[in-house]
Amino acid sequence: MLKRLIASRETLLIAAILLLLALIASRFPAFIAPSNLAHVFNDTSPLILLAIGQMIVILTRCIDLSVAANLALTGMVVSMVNVAAPGLPIVVILAIAIGLGTLLGMFNGLLVWKLQIPPIVVTLGTMTIFRGIIFLISDGKWVNSHEMSPAFKAFPRAELLGLPVLSWIAILAVILFTIVMTRTTLGRAFYAAGGNPHAATYAGIDVGKTQFWAFTISGALAGLTGYLWVSRFAVSYVDIAGGFELDVVAACVIGGVSIMGGVGTVGGALLGALFLGIIKNALPVVDISPFWQLAISGGAIIIAVALNAQANRKKGRIILKRAEQTS
Amino acid sequence: MSTADRMIPDRLRSPMEQRLKSWETLLLLVAIGIFVANSFASPYFLNAWNLSDATFNFTEKAMIAFAMALLIISGEIDLSVASIIALASTAMGAAVQMGVGTPGLVLIGLGVGLLCGAFNGVLVTRMGLPSIVVTIGTMSLFRGISYIVLGDQAFRGYPESFSWFGQGYVWWVISFELVLFAIIAVIYAMLLHKTNFGRAVYAIGNNATGAMFSGIRVQRVKFILFLLTGLMSGVAAICLTARLGSTRPSIAMGWELEVVTMVVLGGVSILGGSGTILGVVIAAFVMGLVTFGLGLLNVPGIVMSIVIGALLIGVIALPRLWSMWRAR
Repeated sequence: MLKRLIASRETLLIAAILLLLALIASRFPAFIAPSNLAHVFNDTSPLILLAIGQMIVILTRCIDLSVAANLALTGMVVSMVNVAAPGLPIVVILAIAIGLGTLLGMFNGLLVWKLQIPPIVVTLGTMTIFRGIIFLISDGKWVNSHEMSPAFKAFPRAELLGLPVLSWIAILAVILFTIVMTRTTLGRAFYAAGGNPHAATYAGIDVGKTQFWAFTISGALAGLTGYLWVSRFAVSYVDIAGGFELDVVAACVIGGVSIMGGVGTVGGALLGALFLGIIKNALPVVDISPFWQLAISGGAIIIAVALNAQANRKKGRIILKRAEQTS
Repeated sequence: MSTADRMIPDRLRSPMEQRLKSWETLLLLVAIGIFVANSFASPYFLNAWNLSDATFNFTEKAMIAFAMALLIISGEIDLSVASIIALASTAMGAAVQMGVGTPGLVLIGLGVGLLCGAFNGVLVTRMGLPSIVVTIGTMSLFRGISYIVLGDQAFRGYPESFSWFGQGYVWWVISFELVLFAIIAVIYAMLLHKTNFGRAVYAIGNNATGAMFSGIRVQRVKFILFLLTGLMSGVAAICLTARLGSTRPSIAMGWELEVVTMVVLGGVSILGGSGTILGVVIAAFVMGLVTFGLGLLNVPGIVMSIVIGALLIGVIALPRLWSMWRAR
């Protein structure tokens, strides 16, 4: 048990994160003050939410490149709804955000499930389509802070037991999806469909339908994050969260989610997102120009994947070793 | 594509279905349709100079798309191509500040491209890492280095002779880039369809393990393919930098997805094993015509992305919907 715990991916990541924090703290102790760590967590919460959805999609051997565009579209729609009807209660706004995100995710899922179009093609297409639609509905204009109603902006920042609501939503999502992934048949189906689709089919799991649900969940989380994002930053425009889909995939990969499907945990996605979030927040503190951020996160991704592959390499028979590598 | 679908050989399908299924035919029809629609939509469309300008929309991306097509046919992908452009362009910009002349700049552009391709290739083939993740990583890394070097600055001051690569005309309205595009298309078509190397690429995409046991050096072929996408990104970097006359770290942002879109629209299966260069050539023209035509109609660039995205999904979905409808 102890041996398994030490060897596990999550323990390794926690160790890496603690090391990273220790390094930063050695020069800037203020960084690890609880209030600052809470700020870092809050700042990383949108990434955590999206990474959970992306993890489930990648588990089923798919990829969702449309999450950031889904986030941006949903965010624009709810902020425009807010401008049109400022009195609308937050519950309705949340319902619209999650509902719209879910629908967009379902659209991806249906194309993958019913038409069997490769997921990377589907989401590449919907990514550009969603971004284009944002421009169409907004006419390229921004929705600025002063146009949004105070209640709309206040929700993710409202403090509950010392943490903003945004953080609480991320924590709730982590708990909820940990339960879903480890305790429900749907959770098991995600692992089975990605781990070995043929075996899953024989075990009575509809692989296509499972992938459909993975996209639906990813879409719902992206929609929810869309509202949280625009209300937190109090601005909404076409290019919001541009390129964020790759951060999300990166968080999953760093968190040990195998791009080949079937391997990954909610905890891993959480830690991967935190790792990226800490780097992002630490750079300005340790006085490194933000221009280094891309290169550092790119390096981190490559190192993480390399380590991951080393850990997963099975000691096969010599004759099959090369064959394993090629396939 | 499901395995069951692959089991039916094409010769057992009806001739009509074969012709309908031919991606190139379908794409060609789409291209002609857009061309006709364009000429009705705007009186300025049918003008030699305008049409020539339209080619700049796709030639640079298409040069990379040819190499990318081979890579995708072999079952891998390179998402770092746009970042390689940024890095190669940054290196050329830095060289200009040191007074390097045009031949030196071209060598530096190609060299950086090759180096980046080799880096991707080593990570994928030597360490056995999945290419989609590796190149998401190097995509950030390469562009990150450009940001580190440039910050929010721009490199300018390219020599007069250098700009010819992006703005020069070989004959009347035929630009240098268009000629280069045609030459590269022919080279890649020969390489993929007429050589043992091309056959090896298909074999690897269909069954890498089988290809290995039939004597194909899978990892070496894949390494060469990564070198090629790197090299073509270097070529594109030279043309684009010469055309813009300046280097910014955000140069060619988002191109990787447009290049992949072009390849997939061209009928190359993203799962590997099938596709043709002709398809990619037609897809390049389709995308170029769409963006140019909509541009004449003053449609903003971002709205064009709806059309491109819908084309990408539609062109793949329609034949499937059609066969589903037929099977009922």
